[in-house]
Amino acid sequence: MKYLCLIYDEESKWDKMTQDEAGKMMAEYGAFTGDIQKSGHLVGANRLQPSSTATTVRSRAGKVSTTDGPYAETKEQLAGYYLIEAKDLNDAVQVAARIPSAKLGAIEVRPVHAM
Amino acid sequence: MREIVDRIYRDDSRRVLATLIRLFGDFDIAEEALHDAFVAALERWPVEGIPANPRTWLVSAGRFKAIDQLRRRAAFDDRRPEIERQLTELAEQEPVIADSGDITDDRLRLVFTCCHPALSADAQVALTLHTIGGLTTEEIAHAFLVGAPTLAQRIVRAKSKIRDAKIPYEIPAAADLPERLDAVLATLYLIFNEGYSATFGATITRADLCGEAIRLGRLLVELLPEPEAIGLLAMMLLHDSRRAARTNEHGELIVLDAQDRSRWNREQIREGQQLTERALQSRRVGPYAIQAAIAAVHSEANSAADTDWAQIVVLYDLLLNMNPSPVVELNRAAAVAMKDGAAYGLDLINGLLARGELANYHLAHSARADLLRRLNRTEESLAAYAMALELTTQEPERRFIERRMASLKH
Repeated sequence: MKYLCLIYDEESKWDKMTQDEAGKMMAEYGAFTGDIQKSGHLVGANRLQPSSTATTVRSRAGKVSTTDGPYAETKEQLAGYYLIEAKDLNDAVQVAARIPSAKLGAIEVRPVHAM
Repeated sequence: MREIVDRIYRDDSRRVLATLIRLFGDFDIAEEALHDAFVAALERWPVEGIPANPRTWLVSAGRFKAIDQLRRRAAFDDRRPEIERQLTELAEQEPVIADSGDITDDRLRLVFTCCHPALSADAQVALTLHTIGGLTTEEIAHAFLVGAPTLAQRIVRAKSKIRDAKIPYEIPAAADLPERLDAVLATLYLIFNEGYSATFGATITRADLCGEAIRLGRLLVELLPEPEAIGLLAMMLLHDSRRAARTNEHGELIVLDAQDRSRWNREQIREGQQLTERALQSRRVGPYAIQAAIAAVHSEANSAADTDWAQIVVLYDLLLNMNPSPVVELNRAAAVAMKDGAAYGLDLINGLLARGELANYHLAHSARADLLRRLNRTEESLAAYAMALELTTQEPERRFIERRMASLKH
């Protein structure tokens, strides 16, 4: 079963990191991604550009409107995701807990609808 | 025959359900299958006689009924070939339904699934009482003072999450067990407390929640005799043993010091003390076992004056060490007041209140008021009681404080 692990981080925390600290986090991400690739959990992953680059789009009665910024203004912002294949929710939660940002922000684990 | 089937339903339906959930991986299908199995029993047992092992009979009857039902449903589903294949597999595989460890395991699986931390606390409580306790949604709704539709929806949502997010039906691995067991214990304690804190002046159904929590606690200890499970059961029994003495005939609250201890339930006390002993001997003592030990010390004393307060203070120290909490500190301060004198307890409570965390906690102010009263500082005591009164929402508590204030003004 597939689960999407959405990474929510405070962008300001990343901004405040020294180059060393940020480098260390990225190294942790690299190691983690390698690990879950080996264990067969990894389906896909991406880091997103900051939420200031987001555009929110709506279509109403054939009319498209776009607004600047993310869908919801929150303290923590969507920073990236991992799509994983896991045996069940327990397995998925264990993977999510190891995402480096779990220590900084929060990970939302969502089961993917089977089509 | 009807009576025999009713008895088997009472004794065994939850076990049959637990096994059916494992076989079908779906709560709703299993519940329907359970219902169908009992309907079949009522039809066939009068003719064929009661089977040697009714539980096994019910599981296989439920299983066949459910497979039948699923086949019929599959006829309208465009994924029919896939579903057919799964059903054939399910029908061919002989389920393990003998009287073996598996049945016990199924019930334990059910406990851990209903109390999974990915479900909200409310949902855990509702699902546990419904699925393991066998209470109807109306009964649970009534006990928790919420509408039946709200409660029913809570259960539906929890079942959907279990199915859609694939919360596994399994006993956690050893590494996860302590954390997962904590969630189960917290759920049982929540059920107990809901009944206990509302016992006075409330309906009988609410007191039944205590009985239900104790019954579930017994089941857990039977299935998984971990020290903290034993400790929680002991604590619930020891607290519940005072139930008859906690209120007078008008439903007014009676505090521990003033309770008629001859009305305490000796049988519950004996069992609670033995279980406390067992939990403490495990050498893996946790917060529930300590709280049981505190209740056990009270249960041994004939009066408040007769109580071994020194031991209670030591136990609170241990508890604080494991679980720092201002409420536990408050309880400890009350014990110190009994051991060393009201002035010592008062100092501690003043310090606690100065820290601010308990500033809006009515019990902190009423405890302070009580110590001031004992020190004959009447004016200050009245002021503290007035503060407590302002912060209290529970009616019996309010009446208790008002009585205390009235007696001080004489």
